[in-house]
Amino acid sequence: MSDLTLTTAAATSPEAAPRTPPASQIGLRGWLRANLFSSWINTAVTLVLAYLIIRWTIGFIEWGVINAIWSVPENQTQACRDLRGVGACWAVITEKHRFILFGTYPYEEHWRPALVCLLFVGLYVVSAMRRFWRWELALVWVATLAVIGVLMWGGVLGLSYVPQERWGGLPITLILATFGLAFAFPLAILVALGRRSKLPAIKALCVLYVELIRGVPLISLLFMASVMFPLFLPEGMNIDKLLRAQIAIILFAGAYLAEVVRGGLQALPKGQYEAADALGLGYWQKTGFIILPQALRLVIPPLVNTFIGFFKDTSLVLIIGIFDLLTAGKTAIIEPAWQGFGIEVYLTVGAIYFVFCFAMSKYSQDLEAELNRHRRR
Amino acid sequence: MQPFGLSFTRALGAAAMCLTIALPGLAQAQQAPAAAANTFDAVRSRGQLVCGVNTGLAGFAQPDSQGVWRGFDVDYCRAIAAALFGDANKVRYVPTTAQNRFTALQSGEVDVMARNTTWTLSRDTSLGLDFTAINFYDGQGFMVKSNLNLKSAKELEGATICVQPGTTTEQNLTDWARANRIRFTPVVIERLEELVSAYTAGRCDAYTTDVSGLASTRSAQPRPADHTILPEVISKEPLAIGVRQGDARFADVTRWVHFVLLAAEEFGITQANVEQMLNDPRPEVQRMLGRNGGLGPMLGLNDAWAVNVIKAVGNYGEVFKRHLEPIGIQRGPNALWTQGGLQYAPPFR
Repeated sequence: MSDLTLTTAAATSPEAAPRTPPASQIGLRGWLRANLFSSWINTAVTLVLAYLIIRWTIGFIEWGVINAIWSVPENQTQACRDLRGVGACWAVITEKHRFILFGTYPYEEHWRPALVCLLFVGLYVVSAMRRFWRWELALVWVATLAVIGVLMWGGVLGLSYVPQERWGGLPITLILATFGLAFAFPLAILVALGRRSKLPAIKALCVLYVELIRGVPLISLLFMASVMFPLFLPEGMNIDKLLRAQIAIILFAGAYLAEVVRGGLQALPKGQYEAADALGLGYWQKTGFIILPQALRLVIPPLVNTFIGFFKDTSLVLIIGIFDLLTAGKTAIIEPAWQGFGIEVYLTVGAIYFVFCFAMSKYSQDLEAELNRHRRR
Repeated sequence: MQPFGLSFTRALGAAAMCLTIALPGLAQAQQAPAAAANTFDAVRSRGQLVCGVNTGLAGFAQPDSQGVWRGFDVDYCRAIAAALFGDANKVRYVPTTAQNRFTALQSGEVDVMARNTTWTLSRDTSLGLDFTAINFYDGQGFMVKSNLNLKSAKELEGATICVQPGTTTEQNLTDWARANRIRFTPVVIERLEELVSAYTAGRCDAYTTDVSGLASTRSAQPRPADHTILPEVISKEPLAIGVRQGDARFADVTRWVHFVLLAAEEFGITQANVEQMLNDPRPEVQRMLGRNGGLGPMLGLNDAWAVNVIKAVGNYGEVFKRHLEPIGIQRGPNALWTQGGLQYAPPFR
C-alpha cells in the first residue's frame, strides 16, 4: 500500500504572508517623500516654506491669542495702547461687535436684525438643498422675505417702527446681496435670451442695456441713484435711499450675469436647438426644458464667480452713506477711544465675508459635480 | 430626479412673483415735506426733525457702541429738535457723505444739515441752500511733538513740516510762512496714513492740516499727550449749519438756536443751573429764557424754547467740552468774543 503523502515543499510550507511595501513608500512618510522631499530643490523649498509658515503662525498666535487683550473696562483703552502692537486688542470687538453687526439699529431691538440674519442663512441653506427644489420653495421665499421686512421695519404686531436710516451692518449686506442677485438673475436670463433674439427691437434694447451698464463703474451708478436721481423726482417725493441703491445693484448685476448666461447659450451645440425644434416645441418650452437647463449648468463657475463678486461689491454703498457691514466696521473705530484698532476690526469683518463667500464657492463646486455627473465617463 | 428645466422655470416664476410682491413693500416712498418752501410747518407737523450728519467724524458725529449718534454736530440737531418740540430725541439722523450731502438737503431727504460743511460763496449761491450759523471755526493748524516745547507756530523756523500735496493746505502753508518770514522744509506725501506715520516716525517736526483733523489724528496716537496742537490757525474753514433755501423762518430757528447756546455761555447759564437762572434779574436773560418779551412766539416757537435747548445740550461751552475737548481741540477761535474768540451772539431783544 502506498501511503503516499504529498510532502512537497509547496504543500507544506505555510502560505507566504503578504509583505507590506517598505515603510518609506506608504503612509504619511511615503506621501511626504513623494510630494515634498522628492529632490533637493523640493526639499529646500519645503523647508523654507515650512519655516516661514511656522514662524508666521507662531507670530500670529502670539499676537492674536497669547498677548491679546479680550476686554477692557469702560472704554479705557490705555491697556491696549500700551501693547504697542505686540498683541491684538480684541476688546474692540467685544465692545463694538453689536455695532459692527447691526449698525445704528436701536440697541434694545437687536434681536430683530439678528433673527433676520438667521432667517437669511436658513433661507440659503434650504434653497441649497436639491430635495427642496420644488414649487413650494417660492412660497417659502416670499413668506421669509415678508417676515424679514416685518422684523426690520416693525410698526406692526407690537414691534416698534425702525426707519431705514437706522438699519445697518450684516442685515444690510445680506439684503442688498440677496435681493440684488435674486432679482438680477431672472433679469439676466431674459436679457441674455433677448440678446440672441431675432426680433431687432428686443435685441437692440438688450444690447444697449448691457453695454450701457457695463460701460460704467458700479460706483457711478450708485452716485447716479443717490445724487442725480432724487433731483429728477417731483418735489416732495422721495424714494428710500436703500431702495435706490438696491435697484442700481440689481441693474448692474443683471448686465454682468446676462453676459455669463449668454456665454452658456452660445456654448450649447446647435443640434440641441434643432432637436428641440424637431420635436415641435414652442419657444418657451424649448428654452425652459432644453436650452436653459444645459446652458446654466455650463456656466455655474462663472455664475458663482459673479455672485461672490457682487456679494462683496455691496460694500460700495458706503460712498452713499449706507452702513453695510464694512462701513459699520469702519465707523466703529472712529470713536477716539477706539481709533487705531483697525486690524482687529478688519480681520473680523473679513472673516464674516469669507464665511459667506467660501460657503458659496464650496456649494457651487458640489453643485457642479452633481449636475455634470452625466458627463463623467 | 425632477428635471432641472422644470424646477428652473418654476424658480423663475417664483422669482418674478417675489419681485411683484416685495417691490411695493420696499418702495413705500417716504413722504418728504410737501413743499420745500415751508420746511418749518412740514417739520412741525411730522413731529420729527430729519438731520443730515457726517457718516462718522470723531468728535463731530459718530455712533457709539450702542448705535446712538453722539457728537458736536449731533448736539446741534438735538438742540434744534428741543427748540421745535421741547424734546431733543425727536430727531432722525441721516448719515450723509461728502458727495451726497447737498442733494440730500435739496431733495428734501433731510431738513437741516449739521455736517462740518465749510461755508463758501459758491456753495451759498449755487446749491439751493442757505448757511445759517457757523458753529465751528475750523482752519489749518499745526501739530508738533510735545517734547519740542513749542508754544507757537511762529517758532517753527527751520522746521520740516509734513503736508499733503495739491490741496489748499500746501498753498496756505507756503503763504503763511512767507508772510511770517519763516523758512521751512516741506515733506510732501500724498496718502494720509503715510503722512501721519512719517510724522510719528520723526521724519518731520510738525504736521499740518485742519485743526479738527489734527485733533482726531492726535487722539488716535498711542499717547496723545506726546503731541501738541499749536494755537495758530492759518486758514478759514467756517463750518456752518445748512438749510434749504426758501424758508426764512426755519433758517431763523436754526440760527437762533446757535445764538442761544452762545448767549447761555456768556450769561453763565448751564444745563444744571438753567432752572435757577429763570429767576436771574438781568433783563436779557429774562427775555431769552422766555420770562418776558415774547421772543419765542416771534420765531414761531413757544416761550420755553431756549430753556428746552439749554436743558437738552447745555451751553456752547458745555457742548464743546463734552465732544471736542476730549479729542484735543482747543477753543481757539471758537472762544466767545468776550474771551478773544469769534463766537458772538446778537442781542436777545
